[in-house]
Amino acid sequence: MSGSILSRDEAQALLQRLMGFSKAERVQVSVNSSIRANTRFAANQLSTSGSVQNTGVVIQSWFGARHAVTTTNDLSEASLRRAVESSEALARLAPEDPEDMPLLGPQTYLPVHAYFDSTANLSPADRAQAAMSALAQTRSSSDLMAAGFIVTGGTAAALANSAGLFAYHANTGANYTLTVRTSDGTGSGWAGADHPDWTQLDFKAVGERAIQKARASRNPVAIEPGRYTVVLEPQAVGDLVQLVLFYGDARSADEGRSPFVKESGGNKIGEKILDQRVTMVSDPQDPQLLSQPFDGQGLPLNRREWIKDGVLQQLSYTRFWAKKQGKEPTGGPGSVKVPGGTASLDSLIASTERGVLLTRLWYLREVDPRTILYTGLTRDGTFLIENGKISKALRNFRFNESPLFILNNLDGMGRAERLAGTEAGGDVVMPVLKVKDFNFTSLSEAV
Amino acid sequence: MTDRRDFLKVAGVTTAMLAADGTLREALAKVMRPPRPAGPTMDPATRELLMEALNAAKLAGAGYADVRIGRQRQNFVFTREHQIQNVVDTDTMGCGVRALVDGTWGFAATQQLTKDAVAGAAREAVAIAKANRIARDRPVELLPSPNYPDVSWQSAFKVDPWTISVEEKADLLLRANAEALKVENVKFVNSALFLVKDERNFANTDGSVIAQVFIRSFPTLTATAVAADRSDFQRRSADIAPMGRGWEYVLDSDLVGRAGGWGEDAARKLSAKPVEVGRYDLVLHPSHLWLTIHESIGHPTELDRAMGYEANYAGTSFVAPPEKMLGKLKYGPEFMNIQGDRSQEGAISTIGYDDEGVKPDDFLIIKNGIFNDYQTTREQAGWLKWWYDQQGRPTRSHGCSYSQGWSDVQFQRMPNVSLLPGAEDHSFDDLIAATDNGIAIEGDGSFSIDQQRYNAQFGGQVFYEIKGGKKVGMLKDVAYQMRTPDFWNSMDMIGGKSSYQMGGSFFDGKGQPGQSNGVSHGAVPARFRQINVLNTGRKA
Repeated sequence: MSGSILSRDEAQALLQRLMGFSKAERVQVSVNSSIRANTRFAANQLSTSGSVQNTGVVIQSWFGARHAVTTTNDLSEASLRRAVESSEALARLAPEDPEDMPLLGPQTYLPVHAYFDSTANLSPADRAQAAMSALAQTRSSSDLMAAGFIVTGGTAAALANSAGLFAYHANTGANYTLTVRTSDGTGSGWAGADHPDWTQLDFKAVGERAIQKARASRNPVAIEPGRYTVVLEPQAVGDLVQLVLFYGDARSADEGRSPFVKESGGNKIGEKILDQRVTMVSDPQDPQLLSQPFDGQGLPLNRREWIKDGVLQQLSYTRFWAKKQGKEPTGGPGSVKVPGGTASLDSLIASTERGVLLTRLWYLREVDPRTILYTGLTRDGTFLIENGKISKALRNFRFNESPLFILNNLDGMGRAERLAGTEAGGDVVMPVLKVKDFNFTSLSEAV
Repeated sequence: MTDRRDFLKVAGVTTAMLAADGTLREALAKVMRPPRPAGPTMDPATRELLMEALNAAKLAGAGYADVRIGRQRQNFVFTREHQIQNVVDTDTMGCGVRALVDGTWGFAATQQLTKDAVAGAAREAVAIAKANRIARDRPVELLPSPNYPDVSWQSAFKVDPWTISVEEKADLLLRANAEALKVENVKFVNSALFLVKDERNFANTDGSVIAQVFIRSFPTLTATAVAADRSDFQRRSADIAPMGRGWEYVLDSDLVGRAGGWGEDAARKLSAKPVEVGRYDLVLHPSHLWLTIHESIGHPTELDRAMGYEANYAGTSFVAPPEKMLGKLKYGPEFMNIQGDRSQEGAISTIGYDDEGVKPDDFLIIKNGIFNDYQTTREQAGWLKWWYDQQGRPTRSHGCSYSQGWSDVQFQRMPNVSLLPGAEDHSFDDLIAATDNGIAIEGDGSFSIDQQRYNAQFGGQVFYEIKGGKKVGMLKDVAYQMRTPDFWNSMDMIGGKSSYQMGGSFFDGKGQPGQSNGVSHGAVPARFRQINVLNTGRKA
């Protein structure tokens, strides 16, 4: 990558300079500095590829309870002054915010080491070479077409305010996803890898897995939609289970518009809502997660158990709602992990008399917020399991399911891994799951 | 007490400061003030930067290059109930260079608008293209296009939203919220304004130099009703389309006048009858149908998808391969005509020139029910030369190249894709009156479709049971599942010219890295026979 992201000292100096321009009663400033580079390929050849460097600042100014935000990526002195003045002008005109909270003072954050030189120092040639690991194989086979995406980069995020708070976090990221389709159009396989450290990505293994899935999924047969025992690979689990915490806002539950509403009043904290094997945590320091240890207001994000042994331990409280309800503010979930167990995918398949194996899910959309009911489809590797073995490739299904339902119909749980491509993205670690009565509502001809 | 004049005064002060500074960037900012009706004029400093980057790309070995210097401003106002949650103003500027070297693409972008930086980005784009040469299979060939040496264009807005004070914007939203909150059981209202001003300066090695500006406006409101016993909650979102228009459109949308009605819909949904599972004739309003068109016609007729270029993310298409589909696939009934264009006034995808210097044309994607054409760029249109030759039509790009901003590479994105009116001037109510046992749906809701665009499921905002040609009551928990070709072939009645209206999306995602595009879909109401309807209500 050419150029570099802001160091801690550079970020702090920039933010101090910005605050120096402020005439507001209170001010919060932040900077996001990033370099991203990508290589994309499809139809067995490189398609687009690029590199982008950008640094932007965000200024929020307050006069009493009036506040407004301005952002700019023009870092010239005149522009920064203009942006500060603009946020002040907007703030003076904005109506008062009755939920406004005082700024946080200095905080202590967990140290998180998520920046890796192995990723930061990559060249376009390194990425092209990595792409070739799959392309060389698919081009030399007459029956395969590859499409994939490699994206790497580094980001520095820093935040400061007029109450003396300063926070800084730097991270790198490397992500590889690969779809291999068979030339006859009847088979498709997907695999991926993701880690802040480029050296942790096993390009060869991803290629082999996607190719194996593509060939095995050829000529799928249709079975009747309905309720089936399903083994979900971690990627498929992530797409659905990740959603639970998106609905974890305490205020919505207290207000009567959330899946965690208690009809007698308040919310379901303290109630058993899922199978007792299910625990759900956020933890910036977990070596599989390595997420940012503070939120957009500088609130520390420490390790937090949202669900423990199936019991709802915590919903997320904003600072305003926590104060109103006499609770501790939690911030949102910056990452999510369901620790899982020790069983392998193969052993969960082996223990299944008749069921369906799912590789990944697609196009998940909310159908009913009262139950986190989502619809979506299976994709890139759906197989029938009979007598403990994969017996055939299946046509894809549309499902209407809720993570709350599947985590109550648990039949087995395996090892957890870091995911490369959930639809909602983020730092996500999920186990293999086996669940009963998964609800497929129709068939799809899509491959 | 401040008013709109105070806000303008503030804006005036900052503009004066800009002029004093004198850097290229500031000069750029100066010309990017509200444009004159004839379209923006490119200032010499910006033109100089564009040429600097083009020259650097050519010197480094590019066979073709284009450069975009863009500025995108966004203004958001978020409210809930009687209060403002946030006011956000964003501003981003930079330069993106795309270079084609020996049949392979490279792209690089920088936020620094200096001669050195843009030339550096150009050289980096060329270097990336060269590094990728080892993974090339077939060289990219770009179709020739006429050049436009000095042209400009601006979208159809009357009032620039950047001349309206935040106070006025907030006041409008809060008054609308108050109207919805007057309705019994309506406990919560969220509303927002999304406003975008996008200024694009473009030059390519063909000799085109193009300055364009467009504005997009999108007011939203969602009312939530909660049952007194906390056993249920229901939402109703406003069916206001995002449009490529200015503040005049926000006012015309009449949020304050209509908010009470949306609140009443939310409250009535609490006691609506749960739908019985089964097959129904569906009468779909344009405020709903636009999204079905988007998902089941718009996306599958993107040529890059059909050829496998989006296989790793959004997927491929059932409308493939082209030689088996063009002129052969019966998408729907004979009266079904689907137009692709970037020319309808006020539509979001409407533009003078696309992001590789092509002046878009209007084209029929579906003609008399038969699949007739794909959405294309200069890289893609040549793949269909055999079809255009057969039809006696020129082989040209339809002008569908688009990038979300200076920092992203352009690729094929959706033009406005619209269902054209039928010959008879039927209205939505006429279609209901002609239906014996059905469901009428207004507004867009949940949507999901597979990676080849066969199997889809759609919800809506409000649902009415139709019996004997009349709406007899409200339903809830309705979703329909469909298979695209069967669905469109079951269409047996459509509205006429006076029932045509736009819907659209502000946030249509595609590509890796993901890019967001705005797109409009014109539609008339239409009836579909015997569609599979689910009941989505469950108990947690």
